[in-house]
Amino acid sequence: MTIFGIPIFPEQASTFAKDVDALYFFILATCAFFAIGVSIAVVLLGLKYRKTHEGQIGARIEGNLPLELLWSVIPTIIAMFMFGWGASVYYHLRRPPDEALHLYAVGKQWMWKFQHLEGQREINELHIPAGRPVKITISSEDVLHSLYFPAFRTKMDAIPGRYTELWFEAQKPGTYHIFCTEYCGTNHAGMIGNVTVLEPAAYQAWLQGGGMEGTLAQRGAKLFNDLACQTCHLDTGQGRGPSLKDIVGTNVEFQDGTSAVIDEAYLRESILNSQAKIVKGYQPLMPTFQGLVSEENLVALLEHVKSMSPKATASSTAAAAPAAATPAPAAAEKK
Amino acid sequence: MLDKLKIPERHYLNNGHGLKSWLLTKDHKRIAIMYLISISVMFLLGGLFAMGIRLELATPQGDFVQADTYNKFFTMHGVIMVFFFLIPSIPAVLGNFMIPPMIGAKDLAFPRINLLSLYIYWIGGIFTLAAMVTGGVDTGWTFYTPYSASASNTHIIPTALGIFIAGFSSILTGLNFIVTIHRMRAPGMGWFRLPLFVWAHYATSLVQVLGTPVIAITIVMLFVERAFGFGIFDPSRGGDPVLFQHLFWFYSHPAVYIMILPALGVMSELVSTFSKKMIFGYSFVAFSSLAIAVFGFIVWAHHMFVAGISTYAAMVFSFLSFSVAIPSAVKVFNWTATLYKGAISFETPMLYAYGFMGLFLIGGLTGLFLATLGMDIHLHDTYFVVAHFHYIMVGGAIMGYMGGLHYWWPKMTGRMYSDFFSRISAILVFVGFNLTFFPQFVVGYLGMPRRYHSYPDEMQVLNVMSSAGASVLGLGYLLPVIYLIYSLKKGEVAGPNPYGASTLEWQTQSPPLTENFTEVPVVTGEPYEYEHVVAKESHLV
Amino acid sequence: MSSTVAHADHGHAHAHHPAQQHHFDTMAQQKEAAVIGMWLFLLTEILFFGGLFVAYMIYRVWYFDAFAEASRRLSLFWGGLNTAVLIGSSLTMALAVRAAQTNKRKATVNWLILTMILGCVFLGVKVIEYEDKFANHEVPGYNFDFSYHERHAAAEGHAPEASEHRELSLTPEQLQNTTQLYFSLYFTMTGLHALHMIIGVGIMLVITWMAHKGKFDGVYYTPVEMAGLYWHFVDIVWIFLFPLLYLVERHT
Repeated sequence: MTIFGIPIFPEQASTFAKDVDALYFFILATCAFFAIGVSIAVVLLGLKYRKTHEGQIGARIEGNLPLELLWSVIPTIIAMFMFGWGASVYYHLRRPPDEALHLYAVGKQWMWKFQHLEGQREINELHIPAGRPVKITISSEDVLHSLYFPAFRTKMDAIPGRYTELWFEAQKPGTYHIFCTEYCGTNHAGMIGNVTVLEPAAYQAWLQGGGMEGTLAQRGAKLFNDLACQTCHLDTGQGRGPSLKDIVGTNVEFQDGTSAVIDEAYLRESILNSQAKIVKGYQPLMPTFQGLVSEENLVALLEHVKSMSPKATASSTAAAAPAAATPAPAAAEKK
Repeated sequence: MLDKLKIPERHYLNNGHGLKSWLLTKDHKRIAIMYLISISVMFLLGGLFAMGIRLELATPQGDFVQADTYNKFFTMHGVIMVFFFLIPSIPAVLGNFMIPPMIGAKDLAFPRINLLSLYIYWIGGIFTLAAMVTGGVDTGWTFYTPYSASASNTHIIPTALGIFIAGFSSILTGLNFIVTIHRMRAPGMGWFRLPLFVWAHYATSLVQVLGTPVIAITIVMLFVERAFGFGIFDPSRGGDPVLFQHLFWFYSHPAVYIMILPALGVMSELVSTFSKKMIFGYSFVAFSSLAIAVFGFIVWAHHMFVAGISTYAAMVFSFLSFSVAIPSAVKVFNWTATLYKGAISFETPMLYAYGFMGLFLIGGLTGLFLATLGMDIHLHDTYFVVAHFHYIMVGGAIMGYMGGLHYWWPKMTGRMYSDFFSRISAILVFVGFNLTFFPQFVVGYLGMPRRYHSYPDEMQVLNVMSSAGASVLGLGYLLPVIYLIYSLKKGEVAGPNPYGASTLEWQTQSPPLTENFTEVPVVTGEPYEYEHVVAKESHLV
Repeated sequence: MSSTVAHADHGHAHAHHPAQQHHFDTMAQQKEAAVIGMWLFLLTEILFFGGLFVAYMIYRVWYFDAFAEASRRLSLFWGGLNTAVLIGSSLTMALAVRAAQTNKRKATVNWLILTMILGCVFLGVKVIEYEDKFANHEVPGYNFDFSYHERHAAAEGHAPEASEHRELSLTPEQLQNTTQLYFSLYFTMTGLHALHMIIGVGIMLVITWMAHKGKFDGVYYTPVEMAGLYWHFVDIVWIFLFPLLYLVERHT
């Protein structure tokens, strides 16, 4: 929205942008009411009770308990209402739908690297379809960054050593800003780009045009062979390592008696810190790939393993770790 | 009533001459004056960096200075303004000067520790300035890891050490005030007869004493990480960079209350004196200071809503953050009610008080946007946040400081300043401030991130408005330097109580004696009673 | 506010204790101020060390096995000895305060000297322990190699420590990484503590000198008492550090 050509309000390009903006206008109205109200009161009182003669003093009024309670309780109620509304919008913003299209974003000084499952890799550019929820799993190769889409009204920090995520559903085709909003050094202001929202048909067309290396999962399959994972992880389960078929989303028991659900965080840990959790019935033989696998290759491997559990990943997400993942093992090799 | 007033023969300024009598003084008033000069120098320096920032941001491209230089500008602006100007300002200058006479004491409980506090401030300042002069720091005043621990190659260690050292100055001041308020009150000066300025400083001192050690240890941990290669925050060794944020904000959020509580105390004094009326709801205002201090300690993670904390933790901290807004609102309502049926006059300090009301309101209310979870996701780390905290820190704290400085200037120096120029300055500051920072709310909602030296073209107009406003603001701050210094020699003699105020410090001569009182006062009345004051008023503006 | 004026009270019309400062009305007021002030200062010290304890607790929960493994590298003998030494020094300190309170100048000086000696013993033991850490490549960022100790022991023909503790499934890489967190905290916490001890010994030197010069009597011995408070605090910090750092799963 612009006034005299000056933009004063960002586009509402996602489904929840209007929810956020509605919340914004409510808070704005409340604040304006109090700010203007008190300002007017203060000015009017200042004029009405202006000192008229020397030596004049004010009336002796100590206070008024009912009034104190009134102006403590009412703001509290308003505040609680604001909190509740804000919390519910937030909850919605942090719960990606199961059917969301999944992407990966890796932040590094000073660029954003996006990877589509179909194999396309983009730097500082992102193409996504309109009308479909998109979930982005974010990590960092070096320092803190933060992925921000103002037009979609959402952002999330990129933390080295962890995965975080955000989601949105873009509605309006167009091009919008991407910013890094966590200071990261010299070219923090240059870590910007554009997200292009395409009509679904146009998006499909764009997808066909790229990805010479095949999909992300295909690239992961190639890595799986190059790194000789298949020599131990036989499908039959009789190899030195457990079978990886249909394991995503299932419960697995470990040697020490604990168990866990197999999700992305677990898969990542198994690759980088293979001795952390040994599956019951197997020996601790798996070497660690810490330092041997970059962040980008790691996500490719994850997609390949996930592709071996077609039923569980039919909605193209694993039981993803929530934004507040417990401390994941050390970061992969820094590039 | 209009007898020719004269500066008293004997006062704290002429009680001993020469550098030694100042540098080795135990007099809280002389220490306050030395702080005044020191923080004014720091303010000027921080202001120069602000000028650099606004000059760069007048154009969308990064064309005024290099990116690295700009990053150093905003870092050093923040470090100086927060640690070396705002945190000491009101307590070390006005608190130091006024608390003993306000409570009827001859000095603070620990005069030598007060002097030590000043020396420590100077040493910390020298470390930090040395770091700046030899190349600067570019981490932002928040020093987030891993960037500050490993990726930045600027002078982080000396800067961090400077802040560490200055922190002790803050702790010792707070410690001194707490003991003074507990043990040095004159006979009859019960807790509920204390001026609200004293209550505010008591609350501030609690925060200083309990909070500052945590930033100190955080700096120690950053230091060992950087200097020795320890790995406390290093993700490749299992460390958590977000742990740094928790530790940092555990202090730095209460720190903002260190910066605003004293100004809230000044406000009570100004509103009362210039309405000639007792503060409405005295105990509510007194307790609200304590409430702000306490609640201020439990909201730190509202700076981390997008830092990867869990959804549930975020909800808890959002809820608690609203709680801290309520006591501030209570104060504003009580001041407004104080005006009702008052006898109000608009000398310069009251102009600052009015300015404070408006700007603090906006600043505080915009905090609600940021406490609201769904809203903060969009606004975090944008210029909306920058505008919010400048409304409170500059529109609030600095206006409170300027109001207090103008209010107590006659007491501190015995002279009045130019009525005309001081009013012009107050208005310039108010107008310039709004011009500078209001557009930042808009450009922040548009999505302009913080700490960017270049930005998309469409955001230029708002940035130019902001930069233009900054020059008006700068002028508003420059004028007082001139007319206040001018008043030292040429100002009209003020007399003991030019504004007809009711608190104890105005019952002494201006400037006060070194020992403040010739005889120990015994307090018998309630605070802010004006019936008796009128009879003793000797100079009316 | 209204006030009346009390009696003029200046000039040394009545004698007051030579140690009473002029802005105080009575010695009692002066002492109360000092006591409140010192307790407030100790409160700041609790908050100061607290940050490290928080970091320690979080990482210990996350990486318990690594912490247990690393804790074994610390010598129970030296740690235990230091604990006894410090507790003993707190005893001698308390006796020094008592001696000052009962106006026994020589006893005060002697107990203070003994306290300082014990403090120096503590610091000496810390030097021994730190040297051992450097030799065993247990210093993060400097020469850290967690497996060095075992390899070195094997090479010299010593049997590695009997592994009676439960089987910890950690790879050498994991140990190399997360035990560095433990040792980073170990050095920071004990180093900070040792720094406070050094300052404490310095304070003791000053107090001892003052006692020797006869500055204290039954009415005014506040500096001894305040120094005692500080010393006891430094002792208590160690009482927490010792089990947290030395006794992680050492019962097995």
